[in-house]
Amino acid sequence: MQTSERPPVYRQPLLTTPFFECYEPLIETRAFRQWSGYNTLTVFSSVEHEYFAIRNTASLFDMSPMIKYQISGPDAEAYLNRLVTRDVRKLKTNRVTYTMWCDDNGHVIDDGTIFRLGKTKFRLCTAERQLDWFLYSAIGFDVQIEEITQNIAALALQGPTSCAVLKKMGLVGVEKLKPFEIGIFKEPGFEIMVSRTGFTGDLGYELWIAPQHARALWDALMAAGEARGIRPIGFGALEMARIEAGLLLPDSEFVNAEFTLRVNRAHTPFELGMDWLVDMEKGHFNGRRALLQQRKEGLKQCLVGLEVDGKKPAIDALIYDSKDGRNRVGATTSAMWSPTCKRNLAMAMLVAPHFSSKKELWAEIYIKRELVWQRRMVPCRIVERPFYSPERRKLTPPNDR
Amino acid sequence: MSTPNPGKTYHSIIIGGGHNGLVCAATLARAGKSVLVLEAAAELGGAARTREFAAGFKVSAGAHLLHALPGELIRDLDLVRHGLSFSAQAIPSHALRADGGSLRLAERKLDGSDISAADAAAYTRFSETMARYAAALLPILHMVPPRLVAETWAQRFEFMKLAWQIRRMGRQDMRDLLRIIGMNMYDLLDEYFESESLKGALALDAVLGAEWGPRAPGTVLTYLYRLAGMAGGMGVAQPAGGMGAVCNAIAKAASLAGAELRTSTRVRRIAVENDRACGVELESGEVIRAEHVISNADPRTTFLSLLGPAHLDTGFVRKVHHLRASGRAGKLHLALTGLPSFKGLATTALGDRLLIAPSMNYLERAFNPSKYHEYPTEPALEISLPTVRDSSLAPTGRHVLSAVVQFLPYDNGPDRDDNRARCLQAILDTLERHAPGLRGLVTAAELLTPWDIEQEFGMAGGHWHHAAMGFDQFFFIRPVPGAAQYRTPMDGLYLCGAGCHPGGGVMGIAGRNAALQVLRGEK
Repeated sequence: MQTSERPPVYRQPLLTTPFFECYEPLIETRAFRQWSGYNTLTVFSSVEHEYFAIRNTASLFDMSPMIKYQISGPDAEAYLNRLVTRDVRKLKTNRVTYTMWCDDNGHVIDDGTIFRLGKTKFRLCTAERQLDWFLYSAIGFDVQIEEITQNIAALALQGPTSCAVLKKMGLVGVEKLKPFEIGIFKEPGFEIMVSRTGFTGDLGYELWIAPQHARALWDALMAAGEARGIRPIGFGALEMARIEAGLLLPDSEFVNAEFTLRVNRAHTPFELGMDWLVDMEKGHFNGRRALLQQRKEGLKQCLVGLEVDGKKPAIDALIYDSKDGRNRVGATTSAMWSPTCKRNLAMAMLVAPHFSSKKELWAEIYIKRELVWQRRMVPCRIVERPFYSPERRKLTPPNDR
Repeated sequence: MSTPNPGKTYHSIIIGGGHNGLVCAATLARAGKSVLVLEAAAELGGAARTREFAAGFKVSAGAHLLHALPGELIRDLDLVRHGLSFSAQAIPSHALRADGGSLRLAERKLDGSDISAADAAAYTRFSETMARYAAALLPILHMVPPRLVAETWAQRFEFMKLAWQIRRMGRQDMRDLLRIIGMNMYDLLDEYFESESLKGALALDAVLGAEWGPRAPGTVLTYLYRLAGMAGGMGVAQPAGGMGAVCNAIAKAASLAGAELRTSTRVRRIAVENDRACGVELESGEVIRAEHVISNADPRTTFLSLLGPAHLDTGFVRKVHHLRASGRAGKLHLALTGLPSFKGLATTALGDRLLIAPSMNYLERAFNPSKYHEYPTEPALEISLPTVRDSSLAPTGRHVLSAVVQFLPYDNGPDRDDNRARCLQAILDTLERHAPGLRGLVTAAELLTPWDIEQEFGMAGGHWHHAAMGFDQFFFIRPVPGAAQYRTPMDGLYLCGAGCHPGGGVMGIAGRNAALQVLRGEK
């Protein structure tokens, strides 16, 4: 038997996405990182350039490793409504909603988006696999759950010129899509599902296709976007955009409640400042009773947005209620200097009552200059999230660029 | 029968009229609450029912000997006045052997022709030691389990009391109890005894109704648990009129206290309003309202069928789904034209408790096939001939043989009827070896496998303890964390069956504790 007959998965521990060969020539850094079993890019050439593509032109991010579940059957709606915190009954066909799901203690397991593709057909997208939890949740429901990650290739096209790129590509009427709306287009010669969604807080779309059309879609996008500054981006740039948009990242803002070992390390949606995602009136859902209890007892901690003085990002910084640093009241979860807002931003988990305080707080920031460490106590204050939300994010139809 | 008061809201509806449901009803009714018991079968009693299995022949359908009904419950509910009486109490056991040898096991006293002096002495020492350990566990048996994560000083005090109970045994006993409690019965009995027959008989007590053989860890716990149940009562006893008579007495106590008892009334689902159980919907479509719904059904049926997972959180459903509740005990009923004669057993002892488990290895071999969903060729048996002491159960001169059969698989496959018939023959062969000529006396035979028990009594998995006994389903995590104090995640819904602490056996404590929790919750 010839060894070369073996399936490639054994020779290659990390998979590559259907788009990999399209953008492989554009990779300058070879800065790979693993995402749910796939090799993905941290940065193609420069994080800053890629970031500005998101905010000023158009960016392409390969999100094929995003875990996708197809949920269908007569009880699909009831199943999802019991699983997640929002009221799925209100989700109309061809609409998308962002939501969270909790364990029995009301602690967040993960967040993701639900696409309603029909009366009894949904797609749930999330960063990590959790079939186990979804299957246990299906006990007593007439519902089929299938992981279809490998059946669908996906790109996020984000930025002010993204709509124009799609129009140039020939997608008739794509500009009519409202935020969180889904459209199906056949113009490129194959079926493409477009959702006006994204992880950047900007105008943008996510494109979903059968994997065999990856090359055709990629080439069409790059051609249509050439005059509109399109460029592929990696995780580094996306991370900057998502902090500005005030979006949560698993393992930064929260830990999957099924994975925490220590007590009090998991967080409820309320503690993450996501009250608006929780519909207490819709009937029973996972964690509802625990969340009711927490609402009664009040929060002991909560995630907030911070604006920090100076320009040094408050990465992994402890937060105090006075400059002397005697009383620790929390720590930052994500932090950056925002080139667009021209502000030093952070998200931080603060204990009561400081998360609702108007008083000045202090971030302990360490800076290394030519191998010498300096410790700075920098004033900071609670500000609204999202930090950045341009009008074009919601405008329909988007302005032509 | 329809509801006497349509539109009435009861204080409590109890789903299932087994002994625990009836004790719960009696306790609540005596506290002045309006109670309605709904039983799906035509008769009350659940698995603790006396049932005619052949024309004129009656038998306790489930457990046939009483060992754990607490004296205080009998007194509190005035069960004797309501008709409870015993055909015999402190019934001794006999370990039978096919070669004609037999042992008589009584409380702290062992008799037998081929018993060594060492074994006789060890038996006394073993009985006394185990009785002390069982006495230390007795309070655990009776109490409402404290919450594992103690939040109040009262709860912490409960834990301290438990620790003190063990500590006050003295250093040596405490150390030994903590050493053996997680052990298996096989190794423990090897430490004490030489006689295979004796060890087999004692080991059978440890695994009766259980799903494991004597080599499984935790079987010392189930043995001590059985002893603790006996520590509060009258030893092994045979209720006059069969186990159903016990339930009838409890039902009478409940009824006289004002509880309404409806039979042939199957509940379709538990009704929920504003995230609170508010009554039940019957198979007939009738809805009956109550402030509290108390389920005597097993936890899986209660949560997954009657309430439905949609009202529960996934983590909790996962725990209920994984509940070990696969029964391995079967029940044999024989109608006999006359009394059989067992080798080595005096005819005067025929009314006693007869055990066929001639060695621990025999028992372990009887257990082995059940691991692979197969039937044993030589099963272990706990036999009672109730008609020896209670002639009301059979026509004059006729007799009934009732036996608990260990270990039968839960078999819901297409061949189950053939398998059952084959197994019945294997049991009859085993009996014939010990009582030659018995086959010729049999006029009717019935074998209930765990699957049959599930069908007949509605216990999911056919486990007559509703959930297996073991450290993983014990005390403050029985049946599952989140429902171990007779309360459930659903407001207004309580459990009162054998799936709760203290578990299976005709005890009634779960029913009483559930009632106390309901009353406590109102304060």
